[in-house]
Amino acid sequence: MSILEVRQLTKRFGGLAAVNEVSFNVEAGEILSIIGPNGAGKSTLFKLISSFLRATSGEVIYEGENIVSKAPHIVARKGVVRTFQETTIFKEMTALDNVVIAHHLRSRASLAGFYWASRTAKEDEAQFRESAEEILNYLGIGHVGNEIARNLPHGYLRALGMAIGLAAQPKLLLFDEPFAGMNHEETQQAVKQVYGIRDRGLTVLLVEHDMPAVMKISDRIVVLNFGQKIAEGTPTEIQDNEQVIEAYLGREDEEIGL
Amino acid sequence: MMKTTTSKLAVLGIALVVVLVILPLIFSGKLYYMGVLTTAMALSIAAAGVWLTFYIGRINIGQGAFALIGGYACAILIMKAEMSFWIAMPLAGVFSAIIGVLIGYPILRLRGVYFAMITLSLTETARLSAQSLSSLTGGAKGIINIPLPGALEIFGFTLIPDFSTIDSHLAFYYLAAVLLIATYAAMYRLVNSRIGWLFRSLQQNEDLASSIGVNIAMLRVIAFAISSFLAGIGGAFFVAVQQSVYPNTFQVQDSVYFMLYCFLGGLGYVFGPIVGTFVLFLSFEGLQGLNEYQPLVYSVLMIALMLWLPNGLLSLGEGRRDKAARSAASAKDANVADSDAKAKG
Repeated sequence: MSILEVRQLTKRFGGLAAVNEVSFNVEAGEILSIIGPNGAGKSTLFKLISSFLRATSGEVIYEGENIVSKAPHIVARKGVVRTFQETTIFKEMTALDNVVIAHHLRSRASLAGFYWASRTAKEDEAQFRESAEEILNYLGIGHVGNEIARNLPHGYLRALGMAIGLAAQPKLLLFDEPFAGMNHEETQQAVKQVYGIRDRGLTVLLVEHDMPAVMKISDRIVVLNFGQKIAEGTPTEIQDNEQVIEAYLGREDEEIGL
Repeated sequence: MMKTTTSKLAVLGIALVVVLVILPLIFSGKLYYMGVLTTAMALSIAAAGVWLTFYIGRINIGQGAFALIGGYACAILIMKAEMSFWIAMPLAGVFSAIIGVLIGYPILRLRGVYFAMITLSLTETARLSAQSLSSLTGGAKGIINIPLPGALEIFGFTLIPDFSTIDSHLAFYYLAAVLLIATYAAMYRLVNSRIGWLFRSLQQNEDLASSIGVNIAMLRVIAFAISSFLAGIGGAFFVAVQQSVYPNTFQVQDSVYFMLYCFLGGLGYVFGPIVGTFVLFLSFEGLQGLNEYQPLVYSVLMIALMLWLPNGLLSLGEGRRDKAARSAASAKDANVADSDAKAKG
């Protein structure tokens, strides 16, 4: 069953169509990657799906409902949550508090309830803390829970970003270049974490540059070039696709023999 | 944990005794000093609002506008609708808050210097509106001869006596003290509840906050409404003390001062605006003898403070603890940099 259907999605910046009539489906429980050369429109597509940008036209159907161009917090409330690259965290809070605050959508108490510390509010807070600790431990960074986030090294920040995303209890988690700037070992670790997240019953959509990691991790891949979808399929299909090879390596030029 | 709670309570108790008993005893009869203290307390109330807008990451230089709106609302309700001051003051706060919501909703999506510039122009806009809406505000002549607050009676029991029958300076002092304590108790709770965490999440990263489902537009408006409410209460109090209100009662300069009070006290501390307001306002009064050099001396002081104490006066108290923490953190940074270098090498 498709959890997300992207239909004829288009975003124009002035005369430039950054994303041009792109359509694809995301099946529940799969890991789908969006790849493409620089400037292909990956990031724009990512922001359109998470509603951080308004679409020019087209639809994003999530569980049968059109969520395109709604406010980001409303989309998050429905279960579509994005993560950011590693610098986007609450820098001045501890790692644990970052994840505690990210439990916002699970609050049963109202804002007034939190103000007066009602019983529901106290229960919520205790539960958030417990769940935050569980998530941090799950991602293997439980031991740095009390560190101020800005002091954490690169790999930990990435895991913290994932933890924040998980705390929001999404059904569909969107990852923005989760392997960017990582060395081989860190990438292996991050790939394991993404598998783990899928095993928790989530659907994962990721935008990524790191080709080996994408080929390894994805169930299916969507390839963009100049804002248009040029291919879609399993990693092996994509590797053999001529249009994709052309997009990445350029066309052979017979005249100069390259 | 227990110890810090007890010592906090002790500090609070001493502060309350000083404010409610000792200061009035020392200064009773010295009208000038009573007036200065009362004014500083009232300014602290409006400054608390500015601090809250700083807390969600917005530089607010428009508090004078909302204080003026509150002041006029209170004056008009007393003079034209013949309301009691005790109803007019809270209504003035609510009216300011409503205006705050209407203006805040569109402009709060702006950040940094853009938001600051718009709020700065609000004060001037408020002054000009007060001047031109003369049928309601009396224009440049303002509203004068506003009666002192009358008695507040509930079920025939006099809760607060008519100010004109008692020492009104002392009465205003106590009213300001009670409002100040109530304001900061409410603010302290706000900042230490989950709402405070949500506000901090806005300050640190609005995009991330909205991605975890926080309705950032609503929270920003709530913070701005609270800020405007406190300005309205402060403004209404001023008008009651001065028994008059003019378009110049709150000017751009006042808006800038409210912001400076917050900077001086420390933007990270909920009691920062009180400390900032008292230090700055009292030193103003002290520097009055210097006449035309007053702004010069005072700007040098401000620049010095911002250079050496960028986190405000209250960060002095954290000196030692902070230093220890910072050296630990920098040691760790060095370690991290070290291991990064190794990884790359």
